[in-house]
Amino acid sequence: MSPSVAELLLQRLEREPPGPGGGLCSLEAAAALGLDHQTLVGAVKSLQALGEVIEAEARAATRWELSEEGAEVLRAGSPEVRLFRSLPPEGLPHSDAMKLPGAQVGFSKAMANKWLRLDKAAPGGPRVFRAVEAVQDAVQDGLRRVQEGDAAALPERERNELKRRKLLLEVTLKSYWIRKGRAFSTAVARQETDLTPEMIATGSWRQLPFKPYNFSALGLPPSCGHLHPLLKVRSQLRQIFLEMGFTEMPTDNFVESSFWNFDALFQPQQHPARDQHDTFFLQDPAEAPELPASYMAKVKKVHSQGGYGSQGYKYEWKVEEARKNLLRTHTTSASARALYHLACQEKFTPVKYFSIDRVFRNESLDATHLAEFHQVEGVVADRGLTLGHLMGTLREFFTKLGITKLRFKPAYNPYTEPSMEVFSYHEGLKKWVEVGNSGVFRPELLLPMGLPENVSVIAWGLSLERPTMIKYGINNIRELVGHRVNLQMVYDSPLCRLDT
Amino acid sequence: MPTVSVRRELLFQALGRSYTDEEFDELCFEFGLELDDVTSEKDIISKEKGEGKAEGASDTVLYKIDVPANRYDLLCLEGLVRGLQVFKERINLPRYEKIIPAKGEGQKLIITEETAKVRPHAVAAVLRNITFTKERYDSFIDLQEKLHQNICRRRALVAIGTHDLDTIAGPFTFTAKAPSEIKFKPLNQSQEYTAPQMMDLYRTDSHLRHYLHLIENKPLYPVIYDSNGVVLSMPPIINGDHSKINLNTRNVFVECTGTDMTKAKIVLDTIVTMFSEYCEKPFTVEAVEVILPNGKTHIYPELAYRKEKVKPEHINKKLGISETPSSLAKLLTRMCLKSHVIGNGNNIEIEIPPTRADIIHACDIVEDAAIAYGYNNIQMTIPKTYTIANQLPLNKLTELLRLDLAAAGFTEALTFALCSQEDIADKLGTDISSTKAVHIANPKTAEFQVARTTLLPGLLKTIAANRKMPLPLKLFEISDIVVKDPSKDVGARNYRHLCAVYYNKSPGFEIIHGLLDRVMQLLEVPPSEENGYVIKATEGSAFFPGRCAEIFAKEINIEPFL
Repeated sequence: MSPSVAELLLQRLEREPPGPGGGLCSLEAAAALGLDHQTLVGAVKSLQALGEVIEAEARAATRWELSEEGAEVLRAGSPEVRLFRSLPPEGLPHSDAMKLPGAQVGFSKAMANKWLRLDKAAPGGPRVFRAVEAVQDAVQDGLRRVQEGDAAALPERERNELKRRKLLLEVTLKSYWIRKGRAFSTAVARQETDLTPEMIATGSWRQLPFKPYNFSALGLPPSCGHLHPLLKVRSQLRQIFLEMGFTEMPTDNFVESSFWNFDALFQPQQHPARDQHDTFFLQDPAEAPELPASYMAKVKKVHSQGGYGSQGYKYEWKVEEARKNLLRTHTTSASARALYHLACQEKFTPVKYFSIDRVFRNESLDATHLAEFHQVEGVVADRGLTLGHLMGTLREFFTKLGITKLRFKPAYNPYTEPSMEVFSYHEGLKKWVEVGNSGVFRPELLLPMGLPENVSVIAWGLSLERPTMIKYGINNIRELVGHRVNLQMVYDSPLCRLDT
Repeated sequence: MPTVSVRRELLFQALGRSYTDEEFDELCFEFGLELDDVTSEKDIISKEKGEGKAEGASDTVLYKIDVPANRYDLLCLEGLVRGLQVFKERINLPRYEKIIPAKGEGQKLIITEETAKVRPHAVAAVLRNITFTKERYDSFIDLQEKLHQNICRRRALVAIGTHDLDTIAGPFTFTAKAPSEIKFKPLNQSQEYTAPQMMDLYRTDSHLRHYLHLIENKPLYPVIYDSNGVVLSMPPIINGDHSKINLNTRNVFVECTGTDMTKAKIVLDTIVTMFSEYCEKPFTVEAVEVILPNGKTHIYPELAYRKEKVKPEHINKKLGISETPSSLAKLLTRMCLKSHVIGNGNNIEIEIPPTRADIIHACDIVEDAAIAYGYNNIQMTIPKTYTIANQLPLNKLTELLRLDLAAAGFTEALTFALCSQEDIADKLGTDISSTKAVHIANPKTAEFQVARTTLLPGLLKTIAANRKMPLPLKLFEISDIVVKDPSKDVGARNYRHLCAVYYNKSPGFEIIHGLLDRVMQLLEVPPSEENGYVIKATEGSAFFPGRCAEIFAKEINIEPFL
C-alpha cells in the first residue's frame, strides 16, 4: 500500500525542528510532493481533526498573475506596438490602418504616446503615419518581469495600469503554515467513524479509536411536511376560543347578500363601506334570490323610520340594494345569521360564538393590506351583559394571545354602541397599537331579529394576519399569504406559542 | 374615518392652554379621537413631492386628528374645541338659537317642481353679521369640504353652497333647466360658460371632475337664481363667481341641496351651529323660509332640540358601573348632552342638541356616559354565561386532516380565493362558461375577476414562485372554493376542497397516489369498488393524456387527479 498524502506530509514534517522555528508552507510542500495544493489542504484538515498531531495556521498571500490577454501580449507584444510595427513607412489611410493587427485597442494608445500622426487633410481622406522612428514595448517588458516572478520590482503605477488594462490579475492564495503538534507522530492510526454491529459482536470497539463527532456542525434536517404559519396561528386561536367555551359558527359562504352583510347590521345603504371602491360586488350571481321576507320588513322599517326606541336613519330603504350580492366584507355577516338563527329558536339560550375565516375588501394593496384576509370574531349573547363584561372577556382572550397590557378607546361602528377599539402596548415599537375592535350590538340590529329585549350581545373582531405578522416578525403581508410566499419561510417557521 | 387637520397653535389658543403632544394624544384617546400625526405643511409636501419642493412652505405644527365617522360636529377646529371644552367642563354648551325675521323681511328659497327628477331637496339659512379672519374663513371652507367628502357622500347626497348675501337679492329660486339654458361665470373664472361648456372645462379638474357624473346625463341640471337672475350655484358642481364669499363678507347665505332630506338638514345644522360662533350675536342663525313646489313652506335651519329619557339603572346596567343619577347626568352633560335628573331620581332627561345627529337611540346615550366615565375606569368582569363549546364538524375534520397531511411530508400552502378567469379556465384548458364560477363586477385588476373554482391554480402558482427551492416540492391546501348554486339563498356556495401537488424532475404518480391512499386510510375509506374508493382512468384538459384518473368513493365521482 502506498503511503497516503497525510502520511507523506507527516514524513516531511518530521524533518522539521519542533517549535516556532520549524514548519512547512503548504504551497511549497504540495510543490515538493508533486501534489495539487487542494489535495494537500485536504490532508491538513483530516490531520487537524485527529487532535494535536499537527498545528496549521491559515495564511493568505496575494500574487500577481498574467491574464489570458496579458499572456497574449507577452507573446506577441502590446497592441499599440503591434500596430506601430505593421504600419508601413509611407502610412495608410485611416480606415485601412484600423484593420491592422492591434489597431482596435492600440490606436488610441499609440496616438496618446505620440507614436502615430493622423493627417486629416491628406488627399483621399485622413491618413495615419508613424511619428517616431522606433518604439520600446514597455507593456510587454512589464509583463515579462511579472512572469519571471519579479512583480514586486515593478513600480506600483505601472502595475496598476496593467491591472486596469486587465492584463494583470491580483490573486489571493490561501495556504497553511504547518508545524508539529504536541502529539506529533508519523504513524497515524485510522479512526473509526461509526460503530458497527460487528464491533459490538466481537467486542473490538473496546480497542478501536473513534473519530470524534463534530458537535459544532448542524445535524441533517429531517424530511418532513410543514404547516403554514398563518394557519398555525388560526389553530391556536380556535383552541383559545374552545378553551373559553365558544362554539364555532358556520362561515363557509364567501358570497353574501348586501342584506346580511350590511342591512341586517343596521349599516345604512349610503354608508361608504357599501361603495364600489371598498366592496367587491358580484356580476354573476348579481342578486341574492332569497331574503327572509318578514325579518327584512322589520329591517327596512328600522332603517327608514326607526322603531325599537330608535330614530332610524330616515331615508328611503331599497330592497334592490339589499339584494346586491357581494363577497362578504366581514364575518359579522355570519354572526348576524347565527344570531337570527338563535332568535328564531323557541326559547332563548345564552351563547358564545366564534369564527375565523376569509373576508374580502376591494382596497388598494400595500404592505399591510390585501384584497382578502382572515377575520377572527367572538360573540357572546346573554341577558344583562355589560361593557365591563366585554372588557373582561377581551382581557381573558388577549391574555391567552400573550397580550396583557390593554386599554380601550371609544370608537364608531355602525352596528355596535358602545364601540371600543382595543389597544395594546407594543414593547418593540414603544407605543400603543390597535389590536382589535369591539362593541355591544345595537338594539336596532338585535330587536328586529326577534331577540328578547333584555338580551345584550357583545362582540369583537381582529384580523388573523396582524398578530401573525407580529408573532413571526413579518413586515410585508405579501410574504405571509398567497402563492408568492417563500416556501423556505414556511419550512422554517417555529411553533405558534402565543402566550410565551 | 375622516381626518381633521388643525394648527396646533390655534387649537391651544382656543382651548386656553397648551399641552405636550403626549398629553393631547391622551386627551384625544379618552374622548374617542386619535391624534394620527403631528406634522407641518412643509413635512407633508416634502413627504409627497420630495424635499426640494417643500422650500418656503410653512413649518407651523399641524395636528392631524382622526374623528369618528358619525361625529360631524367635530370636523372643524370650532367643533373640536367646543366638544373638548365642554368635556373638560371649561365651558357650558352654547344654546343655538334660530332667529325668525319679521314677516316679509326674511329670505325665501322657492323650489320649483323641475328639481324633482334631479335633486329634489333644498334647505337654507343665513349667518348674519359674521366676522371672518383668515383662519376662520379657511376653517369654514375646510368644513364644507369635509362634509362633502363624508356625510354628503362626495356631494351625491348633499351639496353645500355659501354666498355673500350682500351681493345677491332674494327671493331665491331653486329650479332645474336644460343645460344649454344655464349660463354664468363660475367661481374663480373670468368669463361666462354654459353648463355643457363647464362640464368640458371641469373634465380635467382634479377636484371637480369627480362630481360631474352626478348630473351629467340628466336632461335638466339643478340651478339656484336670485331675484335678478344671478346664478348662485349649479349644485352639486360649482357656485357662481358673483356671490363668492371673502374675508370681508358679513352676511352669508348657506344653501344645501340634495337627494337625501335628512342629511341635507344635518349638514345645514352642522355648518350654522359651528360658525354662528362668529356672528355678532354668537350662536344665533337667521332662518330662511323654503317654499316647496306644492306651496307648503318650511323654516330652516331646524336646529331641533330633542328630549330623551333614560333610566339611571339602565345606564349602570349596560356599562357595569354604579353611579348616582346626578353623577350620570353630569357625565352626559360633559358630552354635550345637557341632562338632569327628574322624577325623584328615577329618570334622567337628556336634551339632544342639533349638533348631535348621531344620537338616535338610548344606546348612543349610554355610550356617551361611558366615554365621560372613562372606558378604562370601568371594572372588567367575566360574564357568567355558561356554555359548552362545539367545533364546526367541517372545520374539525379540516384541522385533523391538515396535521396528518403535513405528517405525510406535504407542506401546507395558503393561496388566494380570488383569481383571474384565465387561472381557472384558459390555463387549465377549459372554458370559463363551464366553470360555474362566481364573477366579480368591479375588480380593480385581473387578479380579482372570479372566486376560484379549484385549488389547483393556486398550488401551481406557488410552485412557479418557488422554483429556486430544492426538489421535490410537495404541497397541499385544504380550503374553500366557490361555485354558483341557484338553490342557495345567495345563489352561490362554498365547497371545502383538498388539493395536493407533487413537483419533481420525474412525475411520481405513485407518490400522489400514495397520498390519496393515505388520506382514504385516515378517513377510513377502504380501497374497494363496492364500499370504498377506486380510481379510474379519464381525460382532463389540465392533465397529460392517459395520465389522469378520477376518484370514485362509493360510486360518487369526487375529482380528477394526476
